[in-house]
Amino acid sequence: MAASFAKFKETFVFNFIEGARWKYITNGLLVTLEVTFFSLLLGIAIGVVVAMIRSSYDQMKDELRPGLGSTLLKLLNEISRLYLTVIRGTPVVVQLLIGYFVIFVSSTNTVFVASMVFGINSGAYITEIIRGGIMSIDQGQFEAGRSIGLTYIQTMRYIIIPQAFKNVLPSLANEFIALLKETAVCGYIGLMDLTKGGDVIRGRTFTAYMPLLAVALIYLILVIFFSWLVGKLERRLRSSER
Amino acid sequence: MSAEPILSVRGLQKHFNAGAVHALNGVNVDIARSEVLVVIGPSGSGKSTFLRCLNLLERPTAGSVIFEGTDLTAPRVNINLCRRRIGMVFQHFNLFPHMTVLGNLTLGPIRLLGKTPAEAEKKAMQLLERVGLADRSDAYPSQLSGGQKQRIAIVRALCMEPDVMLFDEPTSALDPEMVGEVLDVMKELAREGMTMVVVTHEMGFAREVADRVIFMDEGLIVEEGTPWEIFENPQSERLQSFLAKVL
Ligand SMILES: Nc1ncnc2c1ncn2[C@@H]1O[C@H](COP(=O)(O)OP(=O)(O)OP(=O)(O)O)[C@@H](O)[C@H]1O
Ligand SMILES: [Mg+2]
Repeated sequence: MAASFAKFKETFVFNFIEGARWKYITNGLLVTLEVTFFSLLLGIAIGVVVAMIRSSYDQMKDELRPGLGSTLLKLLNEISRLYLTVIRGTPVVVQLLIGYFVIFVSSTNTVFVASMVFGINSGAYITEIIRGGIMSIDQGQFEAGRSIGLTYIQTMRYIIIPQAFKNVLPSLANEFIALLKETAVCGYIGLMDLTKGGDVIRGRTFTAYMPLLAVALIYLILVIFFSWLVGKLERRLRSSER
Repeated sequence: MSAEPILSVRGLQKHFNAGAVHALNGVNVDIARSEVLVVIGPSGSGKSTFLRCLNLLERPTAGSVIFEGTDLTAPRVNINLCRRRIGMVFQHFNLFPHMTVLGNLTLGPIRLLGKTPAEAEKKAMQLLERVGLADRSDAYPSQLSGGQKQRIAIVRALCMEPDVMLFDEPTSALDPEMVGEVLDVMKELAREGMTMVVVTHEMGFAREVADRVIFMDEGLIVEEGTPWEIFENPQSERLQSFLAKVL
C-alpha cells in the first residue's frame, strides 16, 4: 500500500512537477475555456441572425409581395439552408482542418482559427435551438408587437428574442458543455489545449495513464460543475416563471 | 360626425389555404370618426378576420381598406406608420410577459413616437390612473387578474394615441365578474369620442354603446343598422335565428 502510494507520488511528480510540466495542463485548460467561450459567443451571434432569417422567411413567404426585399430574403434563406446543411453534414474535425489549412491559411493565431471554426460550427446547432425558441413564443406576442406599429425586426428584438432567449438559456448552456468537449480535437491544428497539453506530457514522460487520466478528470469535473450550474439556472428560471 | 369616414372598407375578401376557405366574401363598410361600430355574428362568420384586415394583420386577398385617406392594401404603403394610429385589443390580452406594466405601456411610445422614457411614463401613469391601475405599474402581467390584464392592454393601445381602436372579443376570455370592469373602460372611451370597432358577444354592450351594429354571416355583412333596428327589428331570418340563440 505504502509502496504503491510512493510509486504513484513519484509518477505524479515526474509527470507534473518536474520541468513545471503542469503548465501544459493549466495553460491548456485556459486555451480550452477560451476557445469554448469565444465559439459560443460567435455561435450565438450566428444562431440569432440565421434563426431570424429562417423564421422570418417561413412566416412571411406567403405574404411577401415581389420586390427587392423578398428577393433578398429568399436569397438569405437559401444561403442559410446551405450553411446548415453543409455544417451539420460534415465532421467538425474536417471543418477544423479546412479552416486552418484552406480558409484562414494566413492566420497563425490558432486560438482565433479554432474559435472561428467551432463558432461557425455551433452556430448551425444554435440556430435550431433559437428557432425552436422563437417558434415556442405565442403568435399573439408577435401580433401585439406589430399592432402597435413595431417593424418585424423591432418585434423580434424587443419582444420575441428576449422571451425566446430565456426559454433556450438551458439549451445554450448545454451547448457550451458540448463545445467544451468537442474542442478537444483542436490539437489537429497544433493548438495547445487541455487535451493536447496532456498528450505532450505523455510524449515527454512516456507514462500515458497519468497525464491522460488527469485530462479526463479535469474535463469530467468541468462538465459536472457546469451541468450543476445549468440545473440551478433551470430551477431559477422555472421559479421566476412569469 | 365629419363627412369623410376614418375607415372605408371596399369589396374586402380574404381567402385562406389557397382559396379553400373563404373567410370574407366582399365586405363594404364606412366607419365615421367617433363612431362605435359593433360587429356580431356566429362563430366562423369572419368577424375576427374582418377586424384583422383593418390593420393588415391579415393581408386581404382582394378589396381595399382606406384609413384616413390611405389605401393600406396599396403597394409601398408604410403599414407600420399606419398601425401606430390603429390600436388593437386582443381576446387573450397578449401583454408582453417579460416586461412590467410600465414597460408594456412605454415600449411603443419610446421606440416609435420618439418620446423620452420620462414623457412616456408620465403619459402611461395618467392613463393607468384613469383605469384605476396606477398602483400596479411595476407588476408583471402574470401578477394581474384577467380584467386587469385587459385594462392594461387597452391602455397599451391608448398610449400610442390612436385614432381608432379595434377590439376582438375583449371580454370573452374573462371570468364573468371581470367583464364589467373592462366594459366600463370601453364605455368611457366611447363617451370621450374614440372611434371604435368592437367584435363582441356582449349584446348589452352593443345595445348601450353602439352607434351602429353589423351582423356578419359567412363572410358577408347580412344586416346593419342601429342597435334598435338590429335587436328589436331584425329583418333577415339568419339574424333572427342568431339572436334567438344568443339573447
Ligand atoms: N389563419 C387561418 N387559416 C385558415 N383559416 C382561417 C384562418 N383564420 C380564420 N380562418 C377561417 O376563416 C373563417 C372565419 O374565421 P374568423 O376567425 O374570422 O371567425 P369569427 O367570426 O371571428 O369566429 P369566432 O366567433 O369563433 O371568433 C373560419 O372558417 C376560420 O376557420
Ligand atoms: Mg373571432
